[in-house]
Amino acid sequence: MLRDITIGQYYPTGSVMHRMDPRVKLFGTLVFLISVFVYRGIVGLAVVTLFLAGVIGISRVPFRYMIRGLRAILVLMLITALFNLFLTPGEVLFSFWKLKITEEGLICAVRMAIRLTYLILGTSLMTLTTTPNQLTDGLEKSLGPLRRLRVPVHEISMIMSIALRFIPILTEETDKIMKAQMARGASFDDGNIIKKAKSLIPLLVPLFISAFRRANDLAMAMEARCYHGGEGRTKMKPLRYQGIDRAAYTVLVLYLLLLIALRVLL
Amino acid sequence: MIKARQLVHEYFRRDEEGNVESIQTALDHVNIDVKPGSFVAVLGHNGSGKSTLAKHLNVLLTPTEGTLWVDGKNTADSELLWDIRQSAGMVFQNPDNQIIASIVEEDVGFGPENTGVPTDEIWKRVEESLTAVGMVKYRSHSPNKLSGGQKQRVAIAGVVAMQPKCIVLDEPTAMLDPNGRRDVLRTVHELNRTKGVTIILITHYMEEVVDADYVYVMDSGSIAIEGTPREIFSRVEDLKAHRMDVPQITLLAYELKQAGLPLPDGILSRAELVEALERLRG
Repeated sequence: MLRDITIGQYYPTGSVMHRMDPRVKLFGTLVFLISVFVYRGIVGLAVVTLFLAGVIGISRVPFRYMIRGLRAILVLMLITALFNLFLTPGEVLFSFWKLKITEEGLICAVRMAIRLTYLILGTSLMTLTTTPNQLTDGLEKSLGPLRRLRVPVHEISMIMSIALRFIPILTEETDKIMKAQMARGASFDDGNIIKKAKSLIPLLVPLFISAFRRANDLAMAMEARCYHGGEGRTKMKPLRYQGIDRAAYTVLVLYLLLLIALRVLL
Repeated sequence: MIKARQLVHEYFRRDEEGNVESIQTALDHVNIDVKPGSFVAVLGHNGSGKSTLAKHLNVLLTPTEGTLWVDGKNTADSELLWDIRQSAGMVFQNPDNQIIASIVEEDVGFGPENTGVPTDEIWKRVEESLTAVGMVKYRSHSPNKLSGGQKQRVAIAGVVAMQPKCIVLDEPTAMLDPNGRRDVLRTVHELNRTKGVTIILITHYMEEVVDADYVYVMDSGSIAIEGTPREIFSRVEDLKAHRMDVPQITLLAYELKQAGLPLPDGILSRAELVEALERLRG
């Protein structure tokens, strides 16, 4: 299950999307998130879907790889859909015992499922096409003005990029510890919820200890390589807008305007 | 390049109120001298103080007593801290825990970025360092997909990119398989030969010190034996007294000599032993 998490993983294909400025992609993700909540009606949905499909196409990340990321939130989606389905008041379409499915509920459930799916696909597309370091640089640059309010922008972005780098390592470690504990007779699937939660303790304790040890080592390695915060730091890959980035901005703004127009007009 | 005089380091263990509970002396009046461009090995088993010594060379620790000069700079002078760290790079044991970026080339660029090198220069250095360790092919890969030996070479490239005069390697091969170990050692020797970088290799594998210029053997915080590899390995009994192993070939030659064969002391390689035996047969 842990291997299914594709959020935060980089998938290199060398496409135009990968070469774009991370700030554009951050802005794009924001625009897309807004659009998912703004759109109304079938036409709106069509526009959003078309946009998402187009962007996925441009990124050249295999669709099947992206779908894998959805499995992790399947349960959440099912629960949301069920709640919407049964608990929305309105015109009853279908009922048995105390449960009734209303027309509004049905529409709501479908809409919610679509929104969640699109949200995950849209945001994971950003991390799939942007290396954590670029993402960090983009965030640092975009949030730069906040530094005047004494927000430690550089530190926050550094923390994020390191967290992303260690996700696969800690995942692997979790697997290893799980197997080691299973070899000693631990079981992670038996019993009720409380028992299951308790069985996670022998997994979490070693995981935390090892994570702290890694953090200590990493801090030392960073210091040894002269890391001393954001001051006086140069960039290997400084952010400069290219023609493609300006084009992308235009497309994004037009896309958002179109959806808002559709919402107002229809 | 490196000069230590009466270097002492004590670890303090404190209780909850911050009172000193116990003191453990990790370095006990250590004297070392490393010439520029040489390849020096520091041997010792766990807890001999060799890692503490390594951390001093990079000013991750400062002396409790005594003085340490790195490239003529006193490590106790906190104003020289970044200068010293730039002239003495450090490679650690666990390759996973010292790679910061998720792309090989970005990781190699991390050090120069920190020291404020201009962008074009960073790219040039990254290219050069990756060539020097033979990892250019993997420049746009994720470090997670590399083997241990390759990761360690990337870590070395990351240090080389800072153009240090001296590289300290703290048990760089301890977590690697034999192939990875060989690759890493070959890379380190090549850096020493072609770029003239001073190398300080800290290890507990005897085989790795055979090609060094000079060897320090550490035991319980002090230098127990020092000399060229040949001198060191002539003293098999001394090494055993400090719980150190001897390379198998050296041990074989030693045992043969004990058994009465007139062999020279400190035989380091199979070829040497064969030659000496041939000469005996005459």
